[in-house]
Amino acid sequence: MSRAGRLSRTRQFGTGLGLVALSGVLWALTPHFLTVPNLLNIAQQTSINAIVAVGMTYVIISGGIDLSVGSIVALSGVVLGAALQDGQALPLALALALATGVACGLLNGALISLGGLPPFIVTLGMMSIARGAALVFTEGRPVSGFGPGLRALATGHVGGVPAPIVATIVVYLIAHAVLTRTTFGRYLYAIGGNEEATRLSGVPVRLHKTMIYAVSGLVSAVAAVILTARLNSAQPIAGMMYELDAIAATVIGGTSLMGGEGTLAGTLVGALIMGVLRNGLNLLGVSSFLQQIVIGAVIIGAVLIDTVLTRHRN
Amino acid sequence: MSARPPVLEMRGIRKSFPGVVALDGVDLSVQAGEVHVLLGENGAGKSTLIKILSGAYRRDHGEILVNGATAAIDYPRHALDLGIRVIYQELSLVPHLSVAENIFLGAIPTGWRGVIDWHALNRRAARLLADLGLDIPPDTSLHRLGLAQRQLVEIAKALATPASVLVMDEPTSALTSREVDQLFALIERLIARGVAIVYITHRLDEVYRIGHRVTVLRDARHVATSLLSEVTVTELVRLMANRDVGAHFPRVRTASGAELLRVEGLCRHGAVNGVSFSLHAGEVLGLGGLLGAGRTEVARVLAGVDRADSGRLLVDGREVHFRTPADAIAHRIGLLPEDRKAQGFVGGFTIARNIALPHGRRLAPHGFLRDGCEAALAQPFVNELRIKGTATQPVRLLSGGNQQKVVLGKWLAGDARIFIFDEPTRGVDVGAKVEIYQLMNRLTAAGAGILMISSELPELLGMSDRILVMHRGRIQAEFQATAATQERVLSAALGLAS
Repeated sequence: MSRAGRLSRTRQFGTGLGLVALSGVLWALTPHFLTVPNLLNIAQQTSINAIVAVGMTYVIISGGIDLSVGSIVALSGVVLGAALQDGQALPLALALALATGVACGLLNGALISLGGLPPFIVTLGMMSIARGAALVFTEGRPVSGFGPGLRALATGHVGGVPAPIVATIVVYLIAHAVLTRTTFGRYLYAIGGNEEATRLSGVPVRLHKTMIYAVSGLVSAVAAVILTARLNSAQPIAGMMYELDAIAATVIGGTSLMGGEGTLAGTLVGALIMGVLRNGLNLLGVSSFLQQIVIGAVIIGAVLIDTVLTRHRN
Repeated sequence: MSARPPVLEMRGIRKSFPGVVALDGVDLSVQAGEVHVLLGENGAGKSTLIKILSGAYRRDHGEILVNGATAAIDYPRHALDLGIRVIYQELSLVPHLSVAENIFLGAIPTGWRGVIDWHALNRRAARLLADLGLDIPPDTSLHRLGLAQRQLVEIAKALATPASVLVMDEPTSALTSREVDQLFALIERLIARGVAIVYITHRLDEVYRIGHRVTVLRDARHVATSLLSEVTVTELVRLMANRDVGAHFPRVRTASGAELLRVEGLCRHGAVNGVSFSLHAGEVLGLGGLLGAGRTEVARVLAGVDRADSGRLLVDGREVHFRTPADAIAHRIGLLPEDRKAQGFVGGFTIARNIALPHGRRLAPHGFLRDGCEAALAQPFVNELRIKGTATQPVRLLSGGNQQKVVLGKWLAGDARIFIFDEPTRGVDVGAKVEIYQLMNRLTAAGAGILMISSELPELLGMSDRILVMHRGRIQAEFQATAATQERVLSAALGLAS
């Protein structure tokens, strides 16, 4: 089969086609859609969901789920904000924020792999704990009044490209390389595909499962940095429902909730579909209530098409 | 026995699956009020026969008569309507419902607008249980009952609607002797009222206690039907065993060399009770016994999957302690597990990725996989093992024989010398079987030692140099291949003195 023929059969290709078609429709409906400022706007707004979805993709490929990512975004954000407000140097504040995310993820992973608990339960608990911790820590109030350093992470440009977009691209390049070119990535797929066979092959399954959730916590903290920089304020109620957006981007991108398969390219396209759809519906003046219905239908529709195609292929 | 037509008659039943004939013209005739024992070693065709009777499988040829009339059993529903009930080893009860609800599941009496009539339900269940002489309160939640009582509930459920034939598949395998008495008392009451019972077991002592007649199957064929009063245990064992060994098993014996592995007094959780043996280079050591005798448990300890409660393990004369499968792999031990699909390979991975899976650390010391390094590692073994499949094909889509070769390839790529083959040819077609035997020959010729667990007596006798037979967690007997016969191995597996 030709390279193009093979490509056309992959899931990402179908999802990518969906993104192009959706953009085409929006372009026809509203002239504002296809302008450079609007496209940059979409990319920036998508960046946070796209980054959180990297961790979600890792977790789902390994056969798990992480419901705590939104709360980890909030907790890491307020840790960053509080450190800056306290007058700490930016690098230290960033390190503390990232360490917070990693710590939450490690705790998730340890409970799942060592405690033998279901990921759904553990991360559901962590979702509540991390959210509660953020609220207790800030007494429920937003943290603001940082110096200009952090703000630059949202408003700055690298070679004319807004910093959040650059950050997203860097995260995806690294995460994609790890997933496809390291043993860690390979074990992720193996664990999701057949955990018992992987264990009998001598792979330290528990260690890797713990690390997977730590990665999810880490990228959630990265997303928290961008979000805090953009808002110039850290909110303990930030990141609500981010877990659902991330799961949606992941499954629209063709990753199976059964584990063992999926790609980050697909997830990125999935996140862009959600971003483009929200932006387009806004431009068209569709009410935010109605938007929720449309987005829900798109999630179900995308997975339905994928399921039907997979069944057809087998 | 009366001159009435048998309540159940199966004539010339034939059934084949791709690559294997499971039943080749089998007859079975059961009278009302008798316990008819069905005997045969693993794979003789008992289960297939029962599945045809219950409508789970469709027969290719042959006829079934119920009370002298031809019966078409193509679906489970047909068998149920004809009064045929099967009690499998895995019970089909719902743990958190009551005894009465379980008995009448699917036909629970309801009153006005579909509300359950609890009174009627419990009354009917109580009547049925009393009728069967069972002292079980109908409103008890099932999960509060022990296994034996659950089994009695399952029987009550089977008899809740008129039944004439009751098939029981190894009903006593998990029961204590007092529970067995309770079960046998119920069987006596059932036959007294004219129910016909087909009783499958491996316990020959029970056969004489409860049975009237016996039918022996061997290699998918009907061998004999006899009154139990006219046949001895020795004769039964001889009938079950198979004499046709040799041709299909191209074992090339090699001089056995140094001791590779020694096991001393291995115990684990009651499943393994003090097992000791040693395995030498160039040797195929067969491990026989019935299902549940503790063979797979031994294999799992040797592969570092489970830990032993006590006992010593020596590799090359040096004591080792395995905490994880990685430890066993590091000592060049490779396990080809019984359930390949669940434990042997990652179905969605390609051949190369499966073969490379245990060797990640060696392939990528710093975690970075170079392009094509897995394929480069795997290719020599794909060639050597003649694995048929393309580079991008997931292993899930390969044949059983090729999948087994992929699992073997995983360990060859790690230079393993001690192999544990747990049921190596299960689910593998005849041609691939011989290929796997030849691979075993090549491994032992190259100085490897193989511990082969097999429930197929011809395979065990044909491929082993030495045979250990386990019974209830212990080594019951040891034979040199030259001295072993199917009768002797089977007797030992059944726990009879050897």
